Amino acid sequence: MRYAMAIDTNKCVGCADCVVACQTENNVPVGYARDWIAEIVAGTYPNVELEIRSERCNHCDNPPCVRACPTGASHVVEGGIVKVTPEECIGCGACIQSCPYDARFSHPKGYVDKCTFCDHRVKKGRDPACVAVCPTKCMYFGDLDDPSSDVSEAMKNRKYKALAPEAGTDPHIFYLM
Amino acid sequence: MKTRRDFIKISALGTGGLAAAGGAYKWAKGSEIMNKLSGEAADKNLKLNRYPTYCEVCFWKCAGWTHTDDSGKIIKIIGNDNDPHSNGRMCPRGTGGIGMYYDEDRLKTPLIRTTKKGKQTFRKASWDEALEVIAKNFNKIKQKYGPEAVAGFFHGSPGSHLGHTLHAFGSHTEAHPSYAQCRGPREVGFAATFGSGVGSPEPTDIRDTKCLVLIGSHIGENMHNGQVQEMADAIDKGASIITVDPRFSTAASKSKFWLPIKPSTDIALLMAWIHVIINNELYDKKYVEQYAYGFKELKEHVKKMTPEWAYGITTIEPSSIRKTAYEMAAASPAAIIHPGRHATWYGDDTQRERAIAILNALLGSWGRRGGFYFKEAMSLPEYPTPEPPHPKWDWKDIHGDKYPLAALPVSNALVEATIPENNPKHQIRSWLVAGTNLPLTLPNKDQTIKAIQELEFMAVVDTMPMEVTGYADVVLPECTYLERYDYIRAAPHREPHIALRMPAAKPKYESKPAWWIAKKLGEKLGLEKYFPWENIEEVLDWQLYRAGSSLEEMKKVGVKKFERAYGAPYLKEGEDYEFYTNSGKIELYSTEMENAGFDPMPSFTQHEEPPENFYRLIYGRTPAHTFSRTANNPNLVDLKAEPLLWINPKVARIWGIENEQYIWLKNQDDKITQFPVKVRVTERIRWDSVFMPHGFGHSIKRLSRTYGKGASDAEMITNVKVDPVMGGTGMRANFVTFLTEEPKTETRS
Amino acid sequence: MTEELLTSGRMNPNIDPFLNIWHWHIPIYLFLGGLAAGILFFAAYYTITGKEKQMPTTVKWATFIVPAALIIGLIALFLDLKHQMYFWRLYTTIRLESPMSWGAWTLMLITPLSIIWVATYMKEVIPDWQWKWKFLDTAETWVIKNKKGLAWILIVLAVILGIYTGILLSAFNARPLWNVSILGPLFLVSGLSTGAAVIIWITKNHHERKIMSRIDILLIIIELFLVTHMFMGFLAGSEVKIATAQLFLGGQFTVSFWVFFVILGLVFPLALETLELRGYKIPVAVPAILILFGGLVFRFIIVEAGQFTRYLY
Repeated sequence: MRYAMAIDTNKCVGCADCVVACQTENNVPVGYARDWIAEIVAGTYPNVELEIRSERCNHCDNPPCVRACPTGASHVVEGGIVKVTPEECIGCGACIQSCPYDARFSHPKGYVDKCTFCDHRVKKGRDPACVAVCPTKCMYFGDLDDPSSDVSEAMKNRKYKALAPEAGTDPHIFYLM
Repeated sequence: MKTRRDFIKISALGTGGLAAAGGAYKWAKGSEIMNKLSGEAADKNLKLNRYPTYCEVCFWKCAGWTHTDDSGKIIKIIGNDNDPHSNGRMCPRGTGGIGMYYDEDRLKTPLIRTTKKGKQTFRKASWDEALEVIAKNFNKIKQKYGPEAVAGFFHGSPGSHLGHTLHAFGSHTEAHPSYAQCRGPREVGFAATFGSGVGSPEPTDIRDTKCLVLIGSHIGENMHNGQVQEMADAIDKGASIITVDPRFSTAASKSKFWLPIKPSTDIALLMAWIHVIINNELYDKKYVEQYAYGFKELKEHVKKMTPEWAYGITTIEPSSIRKTAYEMAAASPAAIIHPGRHATWYGDDTQRERAIAILNALLGSWGRRGGFYFKEAMSLPEYPTPEPPHPKWDWKDIHGDKYPLAALPVSNALVEATIPENNPKHQIRSWLVAGTNLPLTLPNKDQTIKAIQELEFMAVVDTMPMEVTGYADVVLPECTYLERYDYIRAAPHREPHIALRMPAAKPKYESKPAWWIAKKLGEKLGLEKYFPWENIEEVLDWQLYRAGSSLEEMKKVGVKKFERAYGAPYLKEGEDYEFYTNSGKIELYSTEMENAGFDPMPSFTQHEEPPENFYRLIYGRTPAHTFSRTANNPNLVDLKAEPLLWINPKVARIWGIENEQYIWLKNQDDKITQFPVKVRVTERIRWDSVFMPHGFGHSIKRLSRTYGKGASDAEMITNVKVDPVMGGTGMRANFVTFLTEEPKTETRS
Repeated sequence: MTEELLTSGRMNPNIDPFLNIWHWHIPIYLFLGGLAAGILFFAAYYTITGKEKQMPTTVKWATFIVPAALIIGLIALFLDLKHQMYFWRLYTTIRLESPMSWGAWTLMLITPLSIIWVATYMKEVIPDWQWKWKFLDTAETWVIKNKKGLAWILIVLAVILGIYTGILLSAFNARPLWNVSILGPLFLVSGLSTGAAVIIWITKNHHERKIMSRIDILLIIIELFLVTHMFMGFLAGSEVKIATAQLFLGGQFTVSFWVFFVILGLVFPLALETLELRGYKIPVAVPAILILFGGLVFRFIIVEAGQFTRYLY
């Protein structure tokens, strides 16, 4: 089993609903975010292109954060989800430094916090909060090993990319082009 | 100038040190509150309760469920799967609606204006006293000038309750800025063509369309939820989108064609499209023959309005105009020329909407799948109350012979009738305002403030301190939509349906629901007989029972759908159909417009252009915010804390303006923004225009998160182009220039 | 024009607009760790080679600084932790892939050993020193007898500690400035150099000073070579590496790096020490202080600048 997410950049409008849904689902304190919106504009008016991406932890197959962690607080659970156990985290910041996506942050309570792919929901067979709320249904989540999962279906016959694959992290958020 | 009605900062109220503390402290405090919300991680299997609601952050009113944890704290709002407005997915503002509830800057107690040591201030009051003061003043005005001199300005749910009180009091002087400042022109333009306005939500069948044309409509940046969802569905199905916008909007980036039009020339483009579609016989011949009136006249009218003619005006290549005309014709009748929503631009907006309606008619899209469906709403019986007194005069008398086609009261006309210098036939003496922040909502802030100064009494009902509350004599704190019942939402859609809003928690502080305020105020005014019920549950249950449901059932389901009672949502092939126009047909040539003394068919008129070194101010939306009411919402501030002013890189280079630099704006009337705005140098905007989202630049210190964040576009809108047809306030004829140094205070607006 | 921006959602403190997770604590910790490693290395080396007599400051007096430096460094590291109550979690596991874990364990070993080392010289420093308990005297005797063995352990740990201070940073793939293998040797050499500088500064023994000055000159030359090498590597690297080099070649760290570290912290003391060896009278504290200052500045700049560098995507 390998969980992954595919995000259709042709549909995403960058409304940031995923961000606020994550905050309320996971009780992320105001002023912090586990996911965010990036906008890339290229060209010269009136020949302009725009790519909007909802970004978050890439739940890498080769997660540098897990390697950097001196206590084992950062770890990988079933399905390749990278998680942090607050009770083991000392807040040294090594994992934050190690992430090429800057996807981690220091929670005001001291431990390091990040996207969990809403594994508490996934365990119950539901989509992560960001996927479930998206008004454009531009996000697909599921098991990459299952060819009939939403994410596998979405990636069939579509061109896609991942962010900074050259970092060698083997990221698992895919952007459909 | 010393004014009678000093603006009172609500922060001046004995909150002392707390209010004085800086933004950082507030921030920390906010996050603490959110922190305590549901204790620790969501991992724990919290037992959640859910209560049906429909959203009050914007007018789309998506139905959803407010979730509370086992301690009864509100933790999240999730869409109701059965709701056609949200389809189970709230937009960012709806999801972030809990921030409205948790905002510690909320109005907490009733406030009464008083004078202390020569300085006007508010003092806390009990509900009883505050309502007493309002009743006393309203009755005084009633005795002196008649009840009609008390006017209501409402937006959203509270208006339906307070409107009832106002009517019972004997006044029909009631306006909703959502008409003359927003969607009025399209309602009139479409009604003149199809005999039916567009309404809300728009009956656009976007999910099944093959071609969606957006003219200045930025779906995706405006999060009109159902439409955004359907636009994404349409993209999935391979529909082509054509976007006409001087700005490379989000929608433009999803479009097959983007026409970067020169602002204010839309009618020329529309007429050229009509020309191509008629001259190349691309229109739906059978549909036009059967249902349309005035085709011959129209054909003659557009004869010279060629794409080449339009090119000189719009700067859009003739080939692009032709290509896009063919594109929509190929999709016909599954094509939508979207009427837009905020349509008050240049003062000839009804005519522009007429052109949009005509184009839709030619493509045969009205009443067709993939075009516009025939909407249907559930009608709920009114709870029986005595007939209210008939007013001696109402808003129609205020309009006089102006705005003949205005179907609803024009708020700016009511404002004008408040100012004695205008010699109004009937002068308004008092305002009751609910849910609308008039100084930022209406254009020409100075006029609004002047009108307020002339009032003998003003009461404001709101959940938050706003610019308008500072001018009130009495402020009443309304609780948020998560803490109250309101009337049933019975909006039109493909299927008729109803949605319930019920409280998920007790009102915070001393705030109260609008229905309670309306009833208690009514009782103070001696209008008990108009409120023959104990609480609103009684009324809702009575209504729901007659609609085939009950309050009990609605509490469980939130949304209930019904069968259509008035025929199919689409025209059947060749079906006889009578439109509610004078001719009974779709009027390409509008007899109604002609009878009222206006052009029966739209024509392009030249509008003002920016003077040298000035740029047209285009305002719009950022997806995380609505009006000016969400700017302080802690969750939504997280998404977008301040507005960015979009400037083309070429313009920025000329001015030496850097990205992220703060600048002030000055408009053609020498008005300068109170606060600076952060620049975003971007290729997404034309060089003759600038863009910024509306709703920021709040001057209320008590709005601790948003005070002074960015400029307010409303401050720059002093040149108002009133639409003679229906009184809409065109606001896009304002031009700004840049001040890179902080201007001296005395010149500031 | 290409524009890339985070439009909404992310404004996590110390992450945006650029990473600023590690503040003054980490460079202080790295500096003191390197310094301690340097002193211990020389102390152990001259003990092993049996030159305690010729090099009394190196072997004895200077090492008194080590426990203090290590403890202050550990305090700085502790202060940097954001979840301090869970500090002990470091010592419930050994994570071989985590340099932070390596460092924590190395310090756990080297700090008490350095205290033991110093303890054996207490009687020489304070003539009337008496251990409170008898068994300590026994222990002392045992340690002194096995001093060479202790020196061997310490020299290994000192090298690990010295390299570790660089590897802690260079293990971060995500920060292109740090992610160069040369950073480990560079930090080790810099640490040895600062250690040598301390010895040069406090020694009264002319012979000892001369030896250490010669060593230090060599270390500085190696350091300069490694720095040059590092930049050659950056400039021959990918886009992010080139962008990293630009931070120091015209970018915001140009002056602080070249003037304060390379010129004042390396070249200048190198020249002074060379002149002194040739017989010119130079106040001994000047080059030593410059080297220490340069080492400190170097670590501050690398920690700060490294957090500016990131992958471009």
